[in-house]
Amino acid sequence: MNYPGKGLVAGLAVTARNFVGSYFYKDRLITVQYPEERVQTPENSRTFPFLVYDESPDKPRCTACKICEVECPPKCIYIVMDRDEKGKPRQQPKVFDIDISVCMQCQICVEVCPFESIKMDNDFEKSKYGRFNDLVQHLPDLLKSNAYYLKIKPTEAAEVDAKLKAETEAKAAKKAAAAAAAAAKAAAAPPPAAPATTAPPTPPSGAAT
Amino acid sequence: METLYPLLHATFANLPDWAVRVAAFLIPIAFIFAVYPAIFALTTLVERKALGRIQNRYGPNRVGIFGILQPLADGLKILVKEDIVPRVADKFTHFLAPVLIVVPGLLVYLVVPIAPGLVAVDLKIGVLFALAVGTMSVIALFMAGWASRNKFSLLGAVRAVAQVVSYEVPTVMAGVAVIMAAGSLSTLTIVERQSGGVLNISNWYVFRPWGLVGFVLFVIGGLAESARCPFDLPEAESELIGGYHTEYSGFKFALFQMGEYLAGMAMAGVTVTLFLGGYLGPGSGTGLIGRLIAMLWFFGKLAGMIALNIWIRGTWPRLRVDQLMGFAWKILLPLALVNIVAVGFWHFLTPRPVAWMVTTVWLVVWVVVLTKCNASAHLEKREYRYV
Repeated sequence: MNYPGKGLVAGLAVTARNFVGSYFYKDRLITVQYPEERVQTPENSRTFPFLVYDESPDKPRCTACKICEVECPPKCIYIVMDRDEKGKPRQQPKVFDIDISVCMQCQICVEVCPFESIKMDNDFEKSKYGRFNDLVQHLPDLLKSNAYYLKIKPTEAAEVDAKLKAETEAKAAKKAAAAAAAAAKAAAAPPPAAPATTAPPTPPSGAAT
Repeated sequence: METLYPLLHATFANLPDWAVRVAAFLIPIAFIFAVYPAIFALTTLVERKALGRIQNRYGPNRVGIFGILQPLADGLKILVKEDIVPRVADKFTHFLAPVLIVVPGLLVYLVVPIAPGLVAVDLKIGVLFALAVGTMSVIALFMAGWASRNKFSLLGAVRAVAQVVSYEVPTVMAGVAVIMAAGSLSTLTIVERQSGGVLNISNWYVFRPWGLVGFVLFVIGGLAESARCPFDLPEAESELIGGYHTEYSGFKFALFQMGEYLAGMAMAGVTVTLFLGGYLGPGSGTGLIGRLIAMLWFFGKLAGMIALNIWIRGTWPRLRVDQLMGFAWKILLPLALVNIVAVGFWHFLTPRPVAWMVTTVWLVVWVVVLTKCNASAHLEKREYRYV
């Protein structure tokens, strides 16, 4: 049946259906009420870099090798290596600053790091009131545990952990092999002095028996 | 004339006469200034919530529970905004327009009865007053558009004048049908003529063939006169960046919004009075309880009309200017004239069923004829000879 205003009435029906439906079907309302509700960010989403530590924040994985500082395209990383009293490098950073107002989130620092130390975070709530100094992230802000890394990026972190474990195991095996080789070498061709130094305690006991 | 005066006089017999007179004078003013702007504030919130739900959004829900304090926050925000007057504007007129636009909206409520005997002024020419004063807002609109010295503002104002003047004609004609049927221009009398019947409902004029047509005409005319969607051409944001209120900011802009909403609500109130039986309904009467129930009925119907406006705003797209004018002059005006003839049939054909049948057939035939005559041309498939 066709009557004047048919399309208008049909339109009214559509809006009425949406109006009523939005009260009964929760999935119609696609707005996420942000501070209360959050969307799970994708695992591979990234914001700014952070530094991974294993056991304690005193011993980060970072060795202050400055490769990332050199590679960073906008030059937002600033590193000073830590030194002990005698001026000997301690192979960990004393200062590690990332200016997140300059960082362009390119992930190149992560790609070049040989120690799996710098990784991309997915924490996006980093807004600050100041424009300049507030946006520079210092070492304490940057250091986060490996557990946190495992939490935000399980797949990637597990791969990294397996790789590191394999490396340490290989290193240990190599060390053990070297030690074993040395021991075998020592056993095969013992230096003459060695038995003399170890042997003397035994004869008296043997003599006693 | 003073309808509250005898009531108060009977209730507070020991008070001096002048005090009762002053009270009868001040109470309606206070009521109109308090209640209708409050309804306006609530309407802005409800409208935003409802439009949101129509589009599957939440709408404002941050300020207070369910966003109930949103109008307050809006008001505060708009109060502290900078008031900018264009350097080349006609300053006095620019200032006067937003003040004037609120006045007609408030004046119309004077003649809208909210309960038996409760109307600010029971004018003998109530309907005429409402329709005449309601259209006064177009002067303020044109003042705003002209004084801003802005092309968009002037275009919006010109559109507003053309639109309101055009739609005033079918609206008044639709009102004439009711005036003929009721035999009076007084709004109280018109409401009382609709009483009786089944549950105090079946005698409402909207349940007559001519009343239904008149109701539709009046609602459309009311939407157009208050420049509400789908007739919001004068302030079309996408075309005229706000039309006549382009150059207004701060509280002057708020006054424009308020004037528009008050005018829209006033037209809704007049529609309720003329066609939906005003305060009539089951339980409405002249006692205290009856008057309270009658007020509930009136404000319930008003809320219903506002809800209809919001629903329409959330659904229908804006008309084109030529469609707008064609609709008013080629469909609404002939229909309103035909409707007046239908009231004549209704009045003079004595057995009620015959009157029902004749008026219905008469109106249906004319609706069909008018739509057929105004159907847009069916275009043939084009053949291009020189491709």
